Amino acid sequence: MEIVDLVPEVLKNNVMITTIDGLFKWARSNSLWPLTSGLSCCAIEMMCAAAARFDLARFGYEVFRPSPRQADLFIVAGTLTWKMAPPLKRLYEQMPEPKYVIAMGSCANAGGPFADAYSVVPGIDKIIPVDVFIPGCPPRPEALIYGMLQLKEKIRHPEIVQRTAK
Amino acid sequence: MKRKYLAKDKLYALKKDFPSEMDFDDTLEKPTLIILKQQVFVEIMHTLKIRYKFDMLSNITAVDYDDHFEVVYDLANRTNNEELMVKIALAKTDPNIPTLTKLWPEADFQEREQYDLMGINFLGHPNLQRILLPDDFIGHPLQKSYKQVEKGGISEK
Repeated sequence: MEIVDLVPEVLKNNVMITTIDGLFKWARSNSLWPLTSGLSCCAIEMMCAAAARFDLARFGYEVFRPSPRQADLFIVAGTLTWKMAPPLKRLYEQMPEPKYVIAMGSCANAGGPFADAYSVVPGIDKIIPVDVFIPGCPPRPEALIYGMLQLKEKIRHPEIVQRTAK
Repeated sequence: MKRKYLAKDKLYALKKDFPSEMDFDDTLEKPTLIILKQQVFVEIMHTLKIRYKFDMLSNITAVDYDDHFEVVYDLANRTNNEELMVKIALAKTDPNIPTLTKLWPEADFQEREQYDLMGINFLGHPNLQRILLPDDFIGHPLQKSYKQVEKGGISEK
């Protein structure tokens, strides 16, 4: 006997059955709350993405929070210096689980044009774990939106990005 | 109103007071003072502030030459809109110079910046700490001899 057969006939067309995990993934992936944080020029594109022309709200991601305790997505938008690295890491640690990180732009990905500089962290993955890398200098708002949709896919189907053991 | 450089002839009186301790940098078009002796550095700067009414120290920077450091001060007189550049050479082995924070409080952050990036020691500075780089940074990166230190276990290079 399948579990579906237990559902009374009158509810069959009104009730969807899924797993708790599936429900949570669905809910989380549709309502990411990014942290209001920008390090340099990429942050301008991030603001554009949330504003009228690109309208991030179409995807449900418009609730930028001023406190890390209310956010679950950290968009690292810009150049990270070694001086700024400890505060950035602290912000990440203050975010409640589950939390996700997007490295936006060349600087956050790998240090960008400053990769060899004494003052710049060559990629934020040296400091905190990263879910999605968005290339570009800076990436256009469309690229950020695409990156967030990739993150949505990752949250819904974590198995597709799991690293295969060597 | 646009600022102009202090005319050289106005500085001859100062040159009379410090004949062997200061000189003019004739390689530059604008009149630039070079202080030759460190002992009178604060005295000359004090004179410039009091007698020539340079009420603002608008910039402090430093240059790393082959055989010496050079600290460059830009003074401004906001009443007459005049400027003056003052230079002093420091030995590479002993880059110490008295602080000017007592004459111009705005020297505080600028001296910290030069200490941070160029390693110039400003004697008597109230809070001579790094300002732009992290406190645990090793070395002074604007020195020509600076070699980047690998970040322990963090940098992959």
